[in-house]
Amino acid sequence: MRQFSTNEFLFILAAMQWTVVLSLLAFALGGALGGLVAVLRVSRLLPVRLLATGYVQLFQGTPLLMQLFLVYYGLGLFGLRLDAWTAVTVAYSCYAAAFLGEIWRGCIQAVPREQWEAAKAMSFTYLQQLRLIVIPQAVRIAIPPTVGFLVQLVKATAVASIIGFVELTRAGQLMTNATFQPTIVYPLVAALYFALCWPLSLWAQHLERRLRVDNAMGRKK
Amino acid sequence: MTYVFQFGIVLDHFDRMLAGAWLTIRLAGLAMVLGLAVAVVCAYLRTAGPKPLRALVGAYVEAIRNTPLLIQLYVVFFSLPSLGVRMDANEAALVAMVINLGAYATEIVRAGVQSVPRGQIECGVALGLTRLQVYRLIVLFPALKAVFPALASQFILLLLGSSVVSAISANELTAISNTLQSTTFRAFEVYIIATIMYLAIAVAFRGLFAALYWYVFVRGRGR
Repeated sequence: MRQFSTNEFLFILAAMQWTVVLSLLAFALGGALGGLVAVLRVSRLLPVRLLATGYVQLFQGTPLLMQLFLVYYGLGLFGLRLDAWTAVTVAYSCYAAAFLGEIWRGCIQAVPREQWEAAKAMSFTYLQQLRLIVIPQAVRIAIPPTVGFLVQLVKATAVASIIGFVELTRAGQLMTNATFQPTIVYPLVAALYFALCWPLSLWAQHLERRLRVDNAMGRKK
Repeated sequence: MTYVFQFGIVLDHFDRMLAGAWLTIRLAGLAMVLGLAVAVVCAYLRTAGPKPLRALVGAYVEAIRNTPLLIQLYVVFFSLPSLGVRMDANEAALVAMVINLGAYATEIVRAGVQSVPRGQIECGVALGLTRLQVYRLIVLFPALKAVFPALASQFILLLLGSSVVSAISANELTAISNTLQSTTFRAFEVYIIATIMYLAIAVAFRGLFAALYWYVFVRGRGR
């Protein structure tokens, strides 16, 4: 039986990079798709709005684990032979898109109506209003909750271990099986997640506080 | 596409999936009640408790909110037994879910507590109520009312998150689905049905929360 020593620790630490890579990949792809979802959610066309709402409801109303299983087994049915990486990336991107889309929709709608109207009065087209006037202001509001969601996303990647994707959690399982020392391994894995997430949480809180101060100052003027 | 869907073979085992769904509902429901109880106590300690306890609750909240539920589950189920705390899978699942939800809900309830106007608390103190009485009789009700929507969505997140307890062989809906797909080889059909069941449970819980909100906070309180 192996003892838990430096090598085992390094194995877990090395696996942590896949947690980070998967989180970033899902964030980038999910962010691109989420931006689209957010814009469609505030569209003036009802069917488009309904479609985007349905997407969000579907992914926020079902467990992430089920989404993983469905992508993993489901896309295989269409003759797409997926490796674990592709399946996991697709599933997490769709998941992130639903949440980010919903967060960003809130931010777009938080921009005062007058901004839209003023832009319209300047005879901007709908897309120009959105792109040049509303989104630049929405982005500022959106940053703190987006960073907050990144924490949620990092934690959510742990679920990928269940379908055998090797990241931090799976590495912890493998090392537990090799050393029979779950008392050391799992608290250590928890500590590593904490080391990833806590700075992000603090950053999100800091950004939120700063935004609130900025807003309060803006109102005073 | 050459694949032929066969839901029949899955529907033959539908009663087992229903049993799994029922366990999911019971686990989530119980975790919601106990988690809220933890949160009400911790939110009090966090806002009005002695300094060391405040710090302790703060550490608990931060530790849980920055680690995945799955890892918390593993710590409860695999790590604690070597310290002499032994639980079966379902108990461990419930304990981990309560600990997890407790931390998130503490933060939410605390926000509610802080939204109660200071004047009301001062009134309570002026009337000679103790701190605990002020919290219980004056602060708690409006605080819970203010944050009820946030609590409800956190509850739904927990319900959906509960599917990961299948990883420690608690036999709820996801675990039953895993067993079924490995015996029937109809993975896609099994998981589609399980997903629809989760969606239905989530919708039902949302309805329940809306009714609860009306019953507790709106009805007869318009005076």
